[in-house]
Amino acid sequence: MRIVFEKRKTLSRKAIFLVPLASFFISLILTAILLAIFKANPFVTFIAMFKGAFGSWPNFTETLVKATPLMLTGLGVLVAFRLKFWNIGAEGQLTLGGIAASWVVLFWTPFLPPWMVLPLAILVGMLAGAFWAGIPALLKVRLKVDEVLTTLMLNYVAILFAEHLYYGPWRDPKGFGFPGTPQFPDFTWLPRIAGRAHLGLIFALVLALVLWFVLNRTRWGFELQVIGNNPGAAQTQGIHIAKNIMTALLLAGALAGLAGVCEVTGISRRLQQGLSIGYGYTAIIVAWLAQLNPIAAIIVALLIAALLVGGDQVQMMMGLPASMGLVLQGMLLFPMLAGSLFTEYRLRIIKTKLRDAQSG
Amino acid sequence: MTTPILEMKGITKRFPNVVANENVDVELYPGEVLALLGENGAGKSTLMNVLAGMYRADAGEIFIRGKRVEIDSPRDAMRLGIGMIHQNFMLVDTMTVAENIILGLPDLPFVPNMVDVNGRIRQLSERYNLQVDPDSRIWQLSIGEQQRVEILKLIYRGAEILILDEPTAVLTPQEAKELNGILKQMTLEDKSAIFITHKMEEVIAFSDWVRVLNKGRLVTVKQTNRTNPQELARLMVGRDVLFRLEKKDHDLGDVALELTDVSANNDKGLPALQGISFRIHSGEILGVAGVAGNGQKQLVEILTGLRNVSGGKIRIFNEDKTNKSPLEIINSGVSHIPADRIARGVAGDMSVANNLAMKCYRKPPLVKKGFLHPARILDLARRMIDLFSIDTPTPQTHAKFLSGGNIQKTILAREIDACRGLLIAAYPARGLDVGATEFVRKQMIAQSEAGTAILLVSEDLEELVGVADNIAVLFEGKVMGILPSNEADTEKLGMMMAGVKLEETTA
Repeated sequence: MRIVFEKRKTLSRKAIFLVPLASFFISLILTAILLAIFKANPFVTFIAMFKGAFGSWPNFTETLVKATPLMLTGLGVLVAFRLKFWNIGAEGQLTLGGIAASWVVLFWTPFLPPWMVLPLAILVGMLAGAFWAGIPALLKVRLKVDEVLTTLMLNYVAILFAEHLYYGPWRDPKGFGFPGTPQFPDFTWLPRIAGRAHLGLIFALVLALVLWFVLNRTRWGFELQVIGNNPGAAQTQGIHIAKNIMTALLLAGALAGLAGVCEVTGISRRLQQGLSIGYGYTAIIVAWLAQLNPIAAIIVALLIAALLVGGDQVQMMMGLPASMGLVLQGMLLFPMLAGSLFTEYRLRIIKTKLRDAQSG
Repeated sequence: MTTPILEMKGITKRFPNVVANENVDVELYPGEVLALLGENGAGKSTLMNVLAGMYRADAGEIFIRGKRVEIDSPRDAMRLGIGMIHQNFMLVDTMTVAENIILGLPDLPFVPNMVDVNGRIRQLSERYNLQVDPDSRIWQLSIGEQQRVEILKLIYRGAEILILDEPTAVLTPQEAKELNGILKQMTLEDKSAIFITHKMEEVIAFSDWVRVLNKGRLVTVKQTNRTNPQELARLMVGRDVLFRLEKKDHDLGDVALELTDVSANNDKGLPALQGISFRIHSGEILGVAGVAGNGQKQLVEILTGLRNVSGGKIRIFNEDKTNKSPLEIINSGVSHIPADRIARGVAGDMSVANNLAMKCYRKPPLVKKGFLHPARILDLARRMIDLFSIDTPTPQTHAKFLSGGNIQKTILAREIDACRGLLIAAYPARGLDVGATEFVRKQMIAQSEAGTAILLVSEDLEELVGVADNIAVLFEGKVMGILPSNEADTEKLGMMMAGVKLEETTA
C-alpha cells in the first residue's frame, strides 16, 4: 500500500468547496496553539477578533474602510494575473494614484470650479496608476523584461517619490514637523457613507460586478482568457497579444490607482506617511484566494480586512505583543494558501494486488 | 529458459469516465523489439506511461529480470534502465542539446565537464547515426532533429529498454529505416525496445512480436513473422478497414493561393525557404512532402501570418497578403490546422465549447456588440461535437482532459467549420487512430469537393498520394518538383525528398 500525491484529473467541485473550509479549520487550530503559547485564551481571542471586526457599527465600518482598498487593488491584481502577468506593483500603482490625486487637489483647485476638483482628481489618479502599470507592461511586451522585477521595483520608486514630496516640496508649512501635505479643502473630500467608510466602497462593488461581466461575457474577456491560457493558440487565432496585455494592465493600474485616490481623499485627506499599509501586496493574497474571480475577491477582501481590524483590536485589548496582529494574520492566511494546492492535487492510497502462484 | 527482461502482469489504469488499461500483460525478452498496436484510446500510451514511471497503475505488477519493482517516477524507471521517448518531446527549449541530454543525471559533478559531454555525444551520434549539434538550442531544431536528441538522451543514460511512442510520426521513410537500423543495432547488444504504433507496415518491418490492444484490453499476442497487416488491422479495429478513399473528379476554380519566389528565414536567421513558387486552385489539394526540417514549418508559418518572408509575394484570392497579420489572413478566409496541437491548437484549461468558438467568437451570432452569448456558443459547440464525433463528457469539459485524437477533432471541427476557401493543414492526421485518420482524410476530400483549396503538409506518403491532387516536394527550402499524385510513387518521391529534381528522376 502506498500513498501518492498526484494531480487531479477533473475539476472536483467537492474539493473547491471543502478545501478552503478544511484549510480554515487548520488555520484556527494553529493560531490557537500560538495563542496558547502566549497564554492568551484562544476562544476569547477569536471571539474578540470577531467582535473587533464586526461586533459594533463603528468596528464594522472600520473593517469596510480597510476592505475598500483591498477590494480595488485586489481587482487590479487579478485582472493582470488572469493573463499570467505577475503584477506585484499594485502598491506603487496605488501610491502613484494618491500622488496624482494630491497633485490635482493641491495645485489645480484655484483654477477649477469646486465641484470639478474631486472627479478630476479621481480621473487623473486612475490615469497615473494606469501609467505606472503601463511601463512594466510595455517593457514585457516589447523587450520581454520580466514583470515581477519591474513592477516590484517601481513600487519603491513610487513610495520614495511620495516621501520626497510630502517631506519636501509639498510639505505643510503649518504641519508642526509632522510629515505630510496640507490638508485638502473639504469640498475635495471623498464623501463618507458610514463611519469612515467612503464612496470608494461603492466604486469597488460596482467595479467588481462590471469586471466579472467583462471578463466572462464579453469578446475582450474571452480574448484575455485565451491569452492567459495559451498564448500560442491566441496568436494563431489572430488575437493581438501585446495590445491586449497593455490594455489589461492599464486597467489593472487604474484600479489600484483608484484605491490610492480614495485613501488620500477619503481617509487621510492629505498625502502623508502611512498612505498604504501594504494593501498592494495583500491584494495578491486576495486575488489568489479568490481564485481570480472578481466577485469572490470582494468577499475575500472583506474577510482579510476583518483579520486586520480584529487583529489590531485584540492586540490592544489583550495586551499581546505589538506584532501579534500581523502574526495572527499570517497564521490564518498561510494554511489557506497552502491548502489551495489541494484543489489541483490530491493524496491517493494505492492498494497493490498480491498475486498468488496459482492465478499466475 | 531465459528470464524475460520485462514482465507486466494485470496492469489496470483508470481515468475518470474511462478504463485506459484493463488487466494487460506484457512480456519482453532481451534483444527483442515488441510492437504495441492499437487505435487511439486503446491504451498503448497509458500502458507505457505506467512502465516509464509517468503514471501509477491502479492494479498490477511489474517485474524487471524476474524481480518485482515499484516504478514511482521517471527517475526510478531510468535507474531500472527503462527510457521513454514520447510523442510530445520532453525537452527544454531554451537549453542546448548537450544540456538537455545531461539534465537530471544523478551522478553529475557540480561543474559538469561539457567538453567531455559534447565529445561523448558526438561519439554516440556517429555510432547510431543520429546527427545533431550538441551546442544548438532545442527551439532551433526541427521536430525530426528533436527526436534524435530524445533518443540520444536515452542512449547516453544507458537505457536497456527503450520505449518509443509513435516515433516515425515525425520521420521520413529514410529516417524511419535508419531508426529501424538503430533499433536492430541495439538488439544486437541485447537491449530491447517497445514500439507504439498505428502503422501495420512498421509492425511487420520493425518488430519481433506484436501485442494488439483494443479499448484497454489485450486482444492478441503474435509473433510478427506469423501474421500480416490485414489480420492485425482486423484485430486492432474489430472491423474491416478500407484504406482506399473515394475521390470524385471535379472542376477546379480560380487560383486561391499563389506564392511567387518566396524566401524566408528560420529562427536561427538561416534561409529556410528559397524562391518557392506554386499555385493552388479552389477545389484542389496540394500535398507538401519532405523530410521534417526542410522548410515545411516556415512555409506554414508564412501562410498563416506567424512569420515574415524575406522576399517574394503571397497572394490569397488574388489579393496581396504578404507579411500580413494572422487576423488579416484569417479574415481572408484562411483556416489553419497547426502542426503543434498543444502549443497552438487548443487552450487546455478552457472548455471544449470555448475552444470550438475560438475562431468565430468575433462576429454574430456568437457575439453582439461585444457581448458573448453563452447559449449560442453552447449550441455551436453541440453541433460541432455531433458533426465531428468528438468524444467529450460534456461541452464544458476542459480541453486538456480529451485524448489526443479528440483534441485534433476539436481543432479540425473549428477550422473546417469556419473555413472560407483556403485550408492550411499541417500533419492533420498525425497520431490519430485508424478511424480518426480516415475521418480527417474524408473531410479534406469533402472540403475540396465543396471548392476549398487545401495545402496539406504531411509526412505520410500514403496519405499524400491518396488524398492530394498534386504533390510538391520540399528539400532544403526549395521545391524539387510538383507532380500529380497519380504519377507519384514512393521511389520518385523518395528521390525528390533527398534532393533530386523532378526532371532528373528517371521515368
